[in-house]
Amino acid sequence: MFFTYLRRELRRRRKAALVVASGLALGIALVIVVSSVSSGMEKAQGKVLQSLYGLGTDMTVTKAAAPTSSSSDRPRFNFDAQDNGSDKEQSSDRVMVQGFQTLAASTVSKVDSQKGVADSVGGLSLQVIRVNGQFTRGQFQQNQNGGGNQQGGPGGAQPSPQGTVKGGGADFDVNNYSVYGTDVTKPALGPLTSSKITSGRTFKTSETDAKVVVADKSYAKEKKLKVGSTVTIKSVKYKVIGIATPDSGDAAANLYIPLKQAQTLSDSKNKVTTIYVKASDSQQISSVKSTIQKNISGTTVTTSADLADTVSGSLSTASSLASNVGKWLSIAVLVAAFLVAGLLTSSAVSRRVREFGTLKALGWKSGRVTRQVVGEAVVNGLVGGALGIALGLAGAYVVTEISPTLQAQVGSSGGGAGGGPGGPGGGFGGPGRQAASKALEVALTAPVSLNTIVVAVALAVTGGLIAGAFGGWRASRLRPADALRRVE
Amino acid sequence: MYELRGVTKRYTRGKETVDALAGIDLTIGDGDRLVIQGPTGGGKSTLLQMLGGLDRPTAGSVELDGTDMAKLSEAKLTKVRSENIGFVFQSFNLIPTLTAQENVETALVPLRVKTKERRERAAAALESVGLTERLGHLPAELSGGQQQRVAIARALVKQPKVLLADEPTGNLDESMRDEIMDVLEAMWKEHGLTFIMVTHDSAIAKKAPRLATIRKGRITVKENAGA
Ligand SMILES: Nc1ncnc2c1ncn2[C@@H]1O[C@H](COP(=O)(O)OP(=O)(O)OP(=O)(O)O)[C@@H](O)[C@H]1O
Ligand SMILES: [Mg+2]
Repeated sequence: MFFTYLRRELRRRRKAALVVASGLALGIALVIVVSSVSSGMEKAQGKVLQSLYGLGTDMTVTKAAAPTSSSSDRPRFNFDAQDNGSDKEQSSDRVMVQGFQTLAASTVSKVDSQKGVADSVGGLSLQVIRVNGQFTRGQFQQNQNGGGNQQGGPGGAQPSPQGTVKGGGADFDVNNYSVYGTDVTKPALGPLTSSKITSGRTFKTSETDAKVVVADKSYAKEKKLKVGSTVTIKSVKYKVIGIATPDSGDAAANLYIPLKQAQTLSDSKNKVTTIYVKASDSQQISSVKSTIQKNISGTTVTTSADLADTVSGSLSTASSLASNVGKWLSIAVLVAAFLVAGLLTSSAVSRRVREFGTLKALGWKSGRVTRQVVGEAVVNGLVGGALGIALGLAGAYVVTEISPTLQAQVGSSGGGAGGGPGGPGGGFGGPGRQAASKALEVALTAPVSLNTIVVAVALAVTGGLIAGAFGGWRASRLRPADALRRVE
Repeated sequence: MYELRGVTKRYTRGKETVDALAGIDLTIGDGDRLVIQGPTGGGKSTLLQMLGGLDRPTAGSVELDGTDMAKLSEAKLTKVRSENIGFVFQSFNLIPTLTAQENVETALVPLRVKTKERRERAAAALESVGLTERLGHLPAELSGGQQQRVAIARALVKQPKVLLADEPTGNLDESMRDEIMDVLEAMWKEHGLTFIMVTHDSAIAKKAPRLATIRKGRITVKENAGA
């Protein structure tokens, strides 16, 4: 009888049931869209971070930020002045270690031996400034108040130094690009993992000190590099063996060379700038972080979560919007939907006073009548849930279809990420404290997880039970004598 | 069967108190047929509620076969209703979403009768009130007289000891009235019920073997030897 009665009630009072159900549906749909957009945001952030770190990296270890290094570390160019009229070209490469903060290569094995570390690899990020041009009498002037042998700006980022600068009788180009020395023996970790080799090949594990280079696709395009071309860095010739295309966003560096080569170029033997660490348990990242920081002094450990905090731009705005406004909005709508469902169910019971009174007069126990009311409400809730899930999936699908683009700036102060500044022509971090900043564009998706659906169903049942509680309470208080009431 | 002693029912609504029943003494024997009449607001329905165990009196005792229903718990009272008492209401009180047969079945639900038997008994009860062809109809698809027949079938399907009817013909037109009265009379005779009916119809009242009149909560009973 329970099911017959239930079925008949729901079929015959479809409209009333639909009102309750659609209220719940709205709330549940909102929860689905908001949570799927939120996880889309997370995914987008993950993409951003991955492009900095490479796949599988949970944290990076760098040297703790130190006060501005001594002036001898700063780039210095020496050119012989030529007589007026001479058109002899000169060029000079300055190879600097990014951030001017290095760790001993032995730190890698120290990090590797820490509890909770699955794997680690060291890398050396370099910044190469090439000045190339004709110099007549006079000296290179990098900025107006400089004179004589120019020193790089002391600390802080400088405005873009590229372009032809004429001054003091000089006519030259300044070219700036990044080189990443990668540990070829560990190809599974590090920034190169976020790029795919789209032409040629990657390093062989035996090429620890080979004069070979993998070029980033956009840099290669700009410099017209192909597999087989030659790149000269500080008079050393490297053969291009592969072209790497980043999975998303920008590449970590313009050129990748074996670590040992990078160390030689920059006179930093057995030094690395960044250690990429993979934790054995992704849930234990923060404890691994503190272990490393405690046991190896003078290091800064940056986790993905730390980096995520530095993400700014429309991605982070949208992300906080989704997690704050979206969350509260869906909670508000849900609460309202629950209340409305409860009140509607309760008022439906009031309209059926005589019906329930009659059943009680016939000898139906209060509990049986209440169960009937709760049953109806739960089914209403489930119908609402089904509608809500359909609506929510549609909403998430629309978001994914439109896939609005979001901008993200990742600013990492203190030399956190190993990624260099943008491509050639982009500003470069001035000597001293590194201020690496990266702008990326990511498409927003709204993936709906099974979890979300489970939550939606739970919410639907909860909504039904709340409505049922309202109605059931009302029904349980009806007296059998109400059956004799005159028509209301 | 019924033994009522000093039954009083006081309704309080705010400061106002109404004694719907003011000390009713009444004895009704097995298989009796009692007709109750009286002016509106006299307390007829209230008395029927006491007899049917739908409510408890403010004072006094309502004994049914030796058990005082005034002292029973709600659960026990519900059990008494489900087993022994059949109700017929003025406005039929059928469940609008259930078919005629399902409406009759609702009376067997508290008795835990198995589905198959429940269906059969409901169909038989409907047949006995002459509604064999309307089993699958909803109340809205039936005439007033037919609806009341369904209600009578529902009241009698569990074979109660008592049939209580509160103005069962009050919502019906002239032609239907006699029909329903005939059905009720036939049922009373057939089942050997104790039949207590409230009516405004003086024609029916005149024919009743025993006629009770309730005025302002007080009862007077008149034996009608001629009927
Ligand atoms: N639930 C209630 N609360 C308050 N007063 C009530 C309640 N039920 C009945 N009364 C009052 O008790 C008195 C008797 O009511 P009752 O319904 O028994 O009269 P009745 O004889 O059946 O009248 P009618 O012929 O109009 O059906 C009336 O004055 C009525 O207003
Ligand atoms: Mg009445």
